[in-house]
Amino acid sequence: MLTQALVLSAILFAVGTFGVLARRNAIIMFLCIELQLNAVNLALVAFSRAVGIDGQVFVFFVMTVAAAEAAVGLAIIISIFRHYETVNVDAFNLLKW
Amino acid sequence: MLTTGFFAMAAVEEAAQAAGHGFEPLLPGLIVLLPLLGFLINGYLALSHARRSAEAVRRGEELDLDTGGRPLTHTLPSWVGPGVMLIAFGLVVANFLRMSGVELHDPVVVEYWTWMATGTFTVSAALQLDQLSMIMMLVVTGVGFLIHVFSVGYMKDDPGYPRYFAYLNLFVFFMLVLVMGASFPVMFVGWEGVGLCSYLLIGFWFSDREKSDAGKKAFIVNRIGDFGFLIALFLMFVFFGTLDFAEIMTRAPAELVYGAPLVTAITLFLLLGATGKSAQIPLYVWLPDAMAGPTPVSALIHAATMVTAGVYMVARSSVLFALSPVGSVTVAGIGALTALFAATIALAQYDIKKVLAYSTVSQLGYMFLGVGVGAYAAGVFHLMTHAFFKALLFLGSGAVIHSMHHALHHTHSEWDAQDMRNMGGLRKFMPVTALTMWIATLAIAGIWPFAGFFSKDEIIWYAGAAASGPFAGWYTVFWILALAAAMLTAFYMTRMMVMTFHGANRTGEKEAEHLHEAPLTMTVPLSILAFLSIFGGWINVPEAIRNSFLGGFGSLPMSEWLHEWLDPVTHAAQVVREEALLESGAITAGEHYHGYLEHAPFGGGELAWALISTVAALIVVVVAVSVVRRWTIRPAVESGEPESGIRKILYNKWYVDEAYDALIVRPIQRTSRFFWKGIDGLIDGVVNLAGGATRFAGFLVSLFQTGSINTYAFILTLGVLLILWTVGF
Repeated sequence: MLTQALVLSAILFAVGTFGVLARRNAIIMFLCIELQLNAVNLALVAFSRAVGIDGQVFVFFVMTVAAAEAAVGLAIIISIFRHYETVNVDAFNLLKW
Repeated sequence: MLTTGFFAMAAVEEAAQAAGHGFEPLLPGLIVLLPLLGFLINGYLALSHARRSAEAVRRGEELDLDTGGRPLTHTLPSWVGPGVMLIAFGLVVANFLRMSGVELHDPVVVEYWTWMATGTFTVSAALQLDQLSMIMMLVVTGVGFLIHVFSVGYMKDDPGYPRYFAYLNLFVFFMLVLVMGASFPVMFVGWEGVGLCSYLLIGFWFSDREKSDAGKKAFIVNRIGDFGFLIALFLMFVFFGTLDFAEIMTRAPAELVYGAPLVTAITLFLLLGATGKSAQIPLYVWLPDAMAGPTPVSALIHAATMVTAGVYMVARSSVLFALSPVGSVTVAGIGALTALFAATIALAQYDIKKVLAYSTVSQLGYMFLGVGVGAYAAGVFHLMTHAFFKALLFLGSGAVIHSMHHALHHTHSEWDAQDMRNMGGLRKFMPVTALTMWIATLAIAGIWPFAGFFSKDEIIWYAGAAASGPFAGWYTVFWILALAAAMLTAFYMTRMMVMTFHGANRTGEKEAEHLHEAPLTMTVPLSILAFLSIFGGWINVPEAIRNSFLGGFGSLPMSEWLHEWLDPVTHAAQVVREEALLESGAITAGEHYHGYLEHAPFGGGELAWALISTVAALIVVVVAVSVVRRWTIRPAVESGEPESGIRKILYNKWYVDEAYDALIVRPIQRTSRFFWKGIDGLIDGVVNLAGGATRFAGFLVSLFQTGSINTYAFILTLGVLLILWTVGF
């Protein structure tokens, strides 16, 4: 049971990572980050069954932070969109050397 | 503020009087402060004038002094400048009369406040009044006053008139500090101060590059001498633990070993300081260039007062020099050598002021010879008479230049107003100047009965008499050098007078119409100085001469007055010499040393010697007149520089400036350039290289900052994987 849950978590995390690295749409990248977070959540819940209740406590923390992050992140993306009329991250390259 | 200062000072003086010296100094602090007060007033006027002319320039106008009457800034200095000098001179005379009324053996020191107190070393701001400083004060304020009056006429049209008097007053202040200071550090304050004023006044017309350079040259050359002076001070401090004149001079004979290396070192370093200030070989080169300043400045600073500071210092430290035969013989040698050397250069100069400048260097050489052979009174005597006749000569040349300048200015001529080849026959136009300058010429040539005869003859005579003490052979050589220089002096001075005042006029007809005699403010000081140049020598006539027909068979009121006057100051040094001679067997017990030996070869020959020298000088003058009158002299623009022979070498001053330039100035410049470009460049290079490398590394690293989020995410992932890999495997 643990093994299957961990494999699923790993697959989800890999998909999320690939999405962050490969996609250019800020919303998609954002969703992929959420995917990564939830992959980790899954792994924690799975471990908690075997080890103890601590993992589930962590999951609640992660979900809270993710909610806050979603609020801030989406607000930033909206504000950027108003300015650039696009959410393609290649357009946002002003901060460089 | 100033008035409370005066009151506080008066209180201190009363306390000094209450101590009871027999001699009660009258307001000595005020004598020093009066010129300072003049400096403050004139300095304020100079600043306000500078401000007003700067405002005028900003408005695009030019400040015209002559429309609507002279402003206060250009009339008040005429009264303040000479005024403070006259009051100071009056105070000095009053003090002199008080001092001559009592028997004073020890110097009177008036202390005002503690200047420095560090550990065991204390220096008081104190003034010393004794017979030597009194003579110097008389010369400084007396001759100084006359030159201030002369300056009123000479400088009145100069835009910098108030500034000029401010500097001149400041100079007198520092000069008085120099001669009245009761310790070496106080003297050094004056010593440096007069150097500063000399610099300011040489470069008075600072917009002329050459003139401001001459000022810098004087300052830098003097610094070399000051270095020696300071080293001597340090040596004395280490040995004595004090720098007060009175204490050092009383303790020295007992505590210093006669002829030991220490006292010789002290005297030689003091001498280095003296050669700088008094323009002796090897540091004389600044004085001829100092002629760039206004002529009255040359008269006051570079002839009568400041340049004699070295002689005063040697006389003040007479005990130390008496303790060191090597130091004394070096002083005498440098003096004799300078006297002859400068006299040869004066033979071939065409600039009237240059002739006088080299003449001054030469005469200062005589003074050094005098104090070097132990005849301190004779050295000071020549210092005094020289102040009279050389100030007169400089002021006379100033009157000539003033007149020449006006004449050339009227016709817009570009000719040099100081070149004697452009003059000639000026006697017709300026009779008073010509007559007074002839008096000074006869005085400096050493012709009886003028002042210079008595003082110069005395020095030469002592030099001959010294030829039986230590270093006898050398003193004989110096004596011969001094004799030769005396003959040359008579010649170059006569040459100068004939070229300037006699023969045909060479200024040109149109210019000659504008030649004129100097105004009263200038001729009156000339006449007073001429009077002093005639009679100033009579205060110190040797007994043997006084009793002969040369001294009017004893009818002169004073005989050897200056010797007796200065005896309290020079006595200690004579005792030292006498003891040393006793020990070496040069004199026997019961015999006395008076600066000469009683059984010396010249011991009794004063009269014969005086006759020979005055006749010789007279012959040289007469020969010079007839020789120079026969020369065909053409104006400077037509004749150019001498092209060959000894005349060319002398005209170029033995190429000493060039030699110094090649041997000292250029190597220093090259070394400095090497340190600047080479060493400093290397250090800068290393530092800059380190900075540059850091900057370049930063540039390389900054390339990772692409601004692309994907790159960052990718590198982040790589980083995480790398960490996991290192931790996990």
